[in-house]
Amino acid sequence: MPSIYLILIAVVAIFGLAVVVLSRRRSAGVTTRPAIKAEGEVADEVADEVADEVADEPTAGSAPMSSEQHVPEAAIESFERPRFRDRMSKSRAAFVGAFTGVRGRAGITSETWDDLEEALLRADVGVRVTDELLNGLRARVKAKELVDPDALLNALQADMIGRLNHAGRLLRFEPGDVDSPNVWLFVGVNGVGKTTTIGKVGAQQRQLGRSVLMAAGDTFRAAAAEQLGTWAQRSGSELVRGAEGGDPSAVIFDGIESASARGINLVLADTAGRLHNKTNLMEELRKVRRVAGKGRGRVTEVLLVIDATTGQNGLTQARLFAEATDVTGIVLTKLDGSAKGGIVFAIETELGLPIKLVGLGETIGDLVEFDPAEFIEALFSE
Amino acid sequence: MFDTLSDRFDGIFKRLRGKGRLTDGDVDEVLREIRTALLEADVNVSVARAVVERIREQAVGAKLSQALDPSQQVIKIVSNELTNILGGQTLKINYAGRPPTVILMAGLQGSGKTTNSAKLARWFKSQGRQPLLVGADLQRPAAVEQLRVLGRQIDVPVFSEPGDPVTTAARGLAEARRLGRDVLIVDTAGRLAIDADMMAQVRQISETIEPHYTFLVIDAMTGQDAVSVAEAFHETLAIDGVILSKLDGDARGGAALSVKEVIGRPIAFASTGEKLDAFEQFHPDRMAGRILGMGDVLTLIEQAEQAFEKDSAAEAAQRMMDGEFTLDDFLEQMQQLKKMGPLSGLLGMMPGMPKELKGAKIDDDDLKPVEAIIRSMTPRERSKPEIINGSRRNRIAAGSGTSVGEINRLVKQFSEMQKMMKRMGGMQMGKKGKKKMPMMPGGLGALKGAMPAGFPDMPFNQR
Repeated sequence: MPSIYLILIAVVAIFGLAVVVLSRRRSAGVTTRPAIKAEGEVADEVADEVADEVADEPTAGSAPMSSEQHVPEAAIESFERPRFRDRMSKSRAAFVGAFTGVRGRAGITSETWDDLEEALLRADVGVRVTDELLNGLRARVKAKELVDPDALLNALQADMIGRLNHAGRLLRFEPGDVDSPNVWLFVGVNGVGKTTTIGKVGAQQRQLGRSVLMAAGDTFRAAAAEQLGTWAQRSGSELVRGAEGGDPSAVIFDGIESASARGINLVLADTAGRLHNKTNLMEELRKVRRVAGKGRGRVTEVLLVIDATTGQNGLTQARLFAEATDVTGIVLTKLDGSAKGGIVFAIETELGLPIKLVGLGETIGDLVEFDPAEFIEALFSE
Repeated sequence: MFDTLSDRFDGIFKRLRGKGRLTDGDVDEVLREIRTALLEADVNVSVARAVVERIREQAVGAKLSQALDPSQQVIKIVSNELTNILGGQTLKINYAGRPPTVILMAGLQGSGKTTNSAKLARWFKSQGRQPLLVGADLQRPAAVEQLRVLGRQIDVPVFSEPGDPVTTAARGLAEARRLGRDVLIVDTAGRLAIDADMMAQVRQISETIEPHYTFLVIDAMTGQDAVSVAEAFHETLAIDGVILSKLDGDARGGAALSVKEVIGRPIAFASTGEKLDAFEQFHPDRMAGRILGMGDVLTLIEQAEQAFEKDSAAEAAQRMMDGEFTLDDFLEQMQQLKKMGPLSGLLGMMPGMPKELKGAKIDDDDLKPVEAIIRSMTPRERSKPEIINGSRRNRIAAGSGTSVGEINRLVKQFSEMQKMMKRMGGMQMGKKGKKKMPMMPGGLGALKGAMPAGFPDMPFNQR
C-alpha cells in the first residue's frame, strides 16, 4: 500500500518542519543548537588528527621533491596562449549559422528574432537571460535606434560582453609570510574536471616560479589520489594524501600545515565531486572550507569547476556551492567541445561569480584566463 | 528554482475557467509555457519545438471536461507525450550465443563511464552473469587504477595493460574467452565528439572487438549539447542504448528526452547514486514527470519501501488513521524517514505539496531539538502528551536543553496534527488497494486542504 508511505512521509515531515519553523519564528535566533559543534572543537579535533598524521610523515607521499623542486621538461616548455576563436571553432558553427541567416535578411523580421532566440537557447544561455537580452534589443529596434541586422548583431554582442563585466578575474595570490601558504580550494559536481584542472593550474603556477603542494582531498573516488599524484609528478609539485575514505578536511589541513612547514607558497586542494543536492556531502564541504581556513594557510580562492556541457542546472550548482563554500570564481572546462557554456551568463550576472579560467583543450597551456570579449567574439565570428 | 509546469498553468487556467473549450489563442499561450518548461529542463530547442507541435495537435479543440481541472488535463497530455517519446522500445539484453557478450562504453570526459562500467558489471553479476571489465582508458591518469579498485569492490576481475587502447581491448576479449567470462565490458577514455582522432580510435576499438552493445554514457545535467554529442557518437559507433548518469542530482534531465528523440535508441539504464548498486533500468514515466518538474512519486515510494521497516510503518500508519499516533511513533518514523535523505529534498518530490513547503529550506539538524524534547519525555508522556503539566514541562525543558515555550509549541502542534490525521484517516479508508497513485493523489490533496487548519500561516520562506 504505497499511499500509506506517502501519507506517512508527508505527515512526519510536515509535522517536524512545522515545529521547527514555528519555533524558529518565535525565538528568532536565540535557539541553542547543541547538534553543531563549536568551531574551536572542530579545529582541535582536526589538529589532533593532523598531528598524528604529520608525525608519521611519509603519508605525505608519492612525490617528495627536493626544496628547489625541479620542473620537468614537459611543463617548462613554454606555450603559446590558445585563442578562443581557434579552439571554439567547432562550437561556433551552429551559432554562426543562425547569425548568417540574420545577416542575410534585408531588415529585422520576426524570423530574425526567432533565429537569435534559437541561437542563444542552443548555447545554453537559458530562457530567462535570452528573454532579457532580446527584450532589451526589441525596445531599441522599436525606438529605431537599431535598424539593420548588422547593427542588431553588434548590439547583441556588446550586450553579451557587457553582461560579463566582473572586475576581478585574476586568480588571487597574496604574497606573505613564508609559513603562510595561499590555499586554492577546488569544488564542483562529479566529472567536471577538478583534478585535471588542479594539475594544469599547478603546472602553470610552477612555471611562474611558485612552489606548489597538491592536497588530495578527494578521498571518495577510487584512485583519485593516484590521478592527482600523476599530475603532481608531472608538474613538480608535492602531494599530500590520506587514506581512501578518510576525512577530507584532515587531509587538506594536513597539506596546508605541511606546506607551511616546508615554506611552500601555494596549496591546491582537491575535493571529491559531489552533487549539490546531497546535504550531507555539502555539509562535509562546508567543513572542508572552514577547516582549511583554520591553520596557517590563507584561503585566497575557492574555485567552482563547471563543465561547459552543463545545462540550466549549472546555475543551481553555482548557487548551492557558493552558499556552502564562499566560491570566489568559476572555472569553465571543456569549452573546446561542441558545447558553448552559455550558462556562465546566468551564473555571472545572477550570482556575481566571475568566470576566472576556461579550459580550451587538453594540454596544460590550454587552461587560460577568461576573456569575455574574446569569448563572445568567438561565438559570433565566421 | 524553476516553477513547475502546474504552477505555470495555474495562472493561465484561472483566466480560462468557465470556458468549455480552448481557443487557438489559449492553446498558444499554454504551449509557450510548455516550451519554456521543456527548455528550462534542458530539452534541446529543436526537440522541444517538435514535441510542442505534437502536443498542439492533441490539445487544439480538446474538450475540457467540467469535472476535471483543465490544467491537469493538459499536463496529462504533455506527460503522456513525453512518456511515449522516452519509452517506446525498451532495451532487452540478448546474450551472445557464443560468449562473451561484448559491451563497449563510450562518452564525453567526466560523463561517468568508468563508474558506470563497474555498475553495469555489478548489474550483470546480479543477473547471474560473470563479467570481465577491461580498462581501455589509457589517457586519464589513474583511470585503470580506478576501475581496478571498483572491480575489487564488486568482485569482478579487471583486465588492462599499458600501451594502445585498441590492442588492450582486443587482448581483453581474448582474456575473457580464456577465463570463460560471459560478459565483457570495455571502458574507454572520455573523448570530445568533435575530436576526429579520438573518434577514429574508438571506432577502431569497436571494429576490433565487435561489441554486441554499445552504450553511450550521458550526464543527466547536460544541456543543449547532448544532441550533437549523441548524434556524433551514434554516427561513429551505432549506439544501442544510453546510460543516463548522475540522475540523483536535481537536474530535470531534459537531455534524456533529446537524445532519445534524436538517435531513437532507448535509455537503458540510469545511475541514481554514488554507491555501486545505485543503478537501475530506466523508467520513462518517472522521467517525464521529472522533466516537467512534477515530483517523482514512484521513486519516492520505492525509496520509502527501502528505508522504512514495513511492519512498523504499517502499524504506525494504522494508528495514525485511528488517531492513536503517539510521539513515540513520530520519533520512530522520523528516524526511518531520515534514511531517505534530507527532508527538504523529500518534500520536493512530493506531488501536490504547497509551494511554501517545497521551497522551505530546512536543515535536518533543525529537527534535533524536537528529538531531544521527545526523548526527554517519559513513555507515558509520549503517548499522552496532555498529562504534561508545569513541573513535567520544566523537567523536559531542562532535560532537552530547550525552553518551556518550545515544549508547549510541540505539544500543541502535535494535538493539531492528530486531529488532522484523524480527518485524513477517514478520507483514506475508501481508497485502500489502489495501486498506482494518480498524478495529484487525492490523499495528498486532502492533506493540502487540511493543512491550513493545522498550521496557520507558516512563514516558510523566512530565514
